[in-house]
Amino acid sequence: MQKALKKFFPVFILPTLAAFLISFVIPFITGVYLSFTEFKVVNDSKWVGIDNYIKIFTTDKTFLDSLWLTVKFTVVSVITINVIAFFLALLLTKGLKATNIFRTVFFMPNLIGGIVLGHIWSLIINGILGFFGVDITYNPDYGFWGLVILMNWQLIGYMMIIYIAGIQNIPEYLGEAAAIDGASPLQTLLHVTIPMVMPSVTICAFLTLTNSFKLFDQNLALNGKAPETSLLALDIFKTFYDHTGLKLAQWHGMGQAKAVIFFLIVALIAFIQLRATRQREVEH
Amino acid sequence: MKAKNLARNIVIYALLLTAAVIFLAPIAIILINSVKGNFYISDAPFSLPDKDTFVGIQNFIKGFTQSDFMKSFATSAFITTASVLGIVIMTSMTAWYIVRVKNRFTKVLYYLFVFSMIVPFQMVMYTMTYYAFELHLNNPVGIIFIYLGFGSGLSVFMFTGFIKSIPAEIEEAAVIDGCSPIKTFFLVIFPILKPTAITVAILNAMWIWNDYLLPYLVLGSGENKTLPVAVQMALTGGYGNKDMGALMAMLVLTILPIIIFYLFCQKYIIKGVVAGAVKG
Repeated sequence: MQKALKKFFPVFILPTLAAFLISFVIPFITGVYLSFTEFKVVNDSKWVGIDNYIKIFTTDKTFLDSLWLTVKFTVVSVITINVIAFFLALLLTKGLKATNIFRTVFFMPNLIGGIVLGHIWSLIINGILGFFGVDITYNPDYGFWGLVILMNWQLIGYMMIIYIAGIQNIPEYLGEAAAIDGASPLQTLLHVTIPMVMPSVTICAFLTLTNSFKLFDQNLALNGKAPETSLLALDIFKTFYDHTGLKLAQWHGMGQAKAVIFFLIVALIAFIQLRATRQREVEH
Repeated sequence: MKAKNLARNIVIYALLLTAAVIFLAPIAIILINSVKGNFYISDAPFSLPDKDTFVGIQNFIKGFTQSDFMKSFATSAFITTASVLGIVIMTSMTAWYIVRVKNRFTKVLYYLFVFSMIVPFQMVMYTMTYYAFELHLNNPVGIIFIYLGFGSGLSVFMFTGFIKSIPAEIEEAAVIDGCSPIKTFFLVIFPILKPTAITVAILNAMWIWNDYLLPYLVLGSGENKTLPVAVQMALTGGYGNKDMGALMAMLVLTILPIIIFYLFCQKYIIKGVVAGAVKG
């Protein structure tokens, strides 16, 4: 098989490989290189060493601000989303009727695209704030919490589905044994259910973590007009395409350096996730 | 005991119903506003339409005719369908080759695909756009090729995971019968891959249909704009005098196909999204 298949390399590999090289591998390598240069366009760059990396932490104040905002947003979202999703999953696994309808409803927002989601919530949040004569740009806190609410609305149903699968995988005799031993429902939850769904908790925690950290579309649609509520991804976008002051080439170099740092953080999260999942697999 | 259970169940249903109302409210608000007159949307978004503010389907007619909504819809539908088809066929072939031909090249390639899954789009955003323009891929057909490149990471990863569990004997029987690798793949392997193919198709379809930044950078906000780009342009572009009625109708028309699709293929969508989450 292997020999025969090898002759068909151009059919099986080449189209995917060409697309992958052009849209990912080459742009990635050039991207890393360009982060050490000032460039107006990709093929016109001037080497500046680590200048860009120094500038994004000193000259350009927006990067650290948006990094801090992203960390805050991510922590708040991960906690709220997972707590509420787990709670709903518990309610939906009590063996009641008609729970499928609720699952359908809770999961639905996950399918709507970020841009549309952002504008839906923009109308609602500005509508509510309108009663007080202000809008979402009035106070950065409004933009922050608006984004948290939006993220909760979108991801709770998704995480809930994963928690439901985790809870349904717990062997029934464990709960029964706990009940016979006289455990209260709360004790059963803390000492049986939660330890048994820890693999789902790991999955959901990292899913919400990366989704919140990389958020862009929702942020653009909801907070596009309030610069102080730009998360990292939007800040990078603005550094490239929406800037004043410095020369174009300098902005591009700094944008690319920000993107490299952004990539390194996301890669670190993925690496920790991989180790966490591996460890768990060994334990069980 | 029974009375206690009944009380418990009532509490649970009450909680679930409250949550359901909260989850449905935003969509309901958009629906309500889509049949109200322009001035009553931003000013009073939470009031129901009455005989002064109700305008029937007038907003929808405007949404269809004034903006180039239909054109964007068609562009998005074309790009999504063609890209998903291309991704499913090409990456399943690639995955089969990677699993069956074992050498250093396929190993490196596999790890590159996996690596690409963790790289955020902003990392390659600027450079990728440059190459897309240089190679004249900045049109609705060319972007399909770019989506194949970006979608290949997750898709190859998911297909290889499944193909590894298929015993090679099945294919060898086909080869002995004189089938070429291409015939073997499409007649023997691809049918076995169907469940994974559905998952890969759903994940990619949801991503590409809703994708904003990539089509915005590559196709722009001109005549080839996709639906999310059109929505973003309509709701933020220009000064004052936005036709809020038409915009609400546009939001409804953008969400509606997704919800209908979801209600029909719910089982597959939930399964696919969960499988993608657990593996990715």
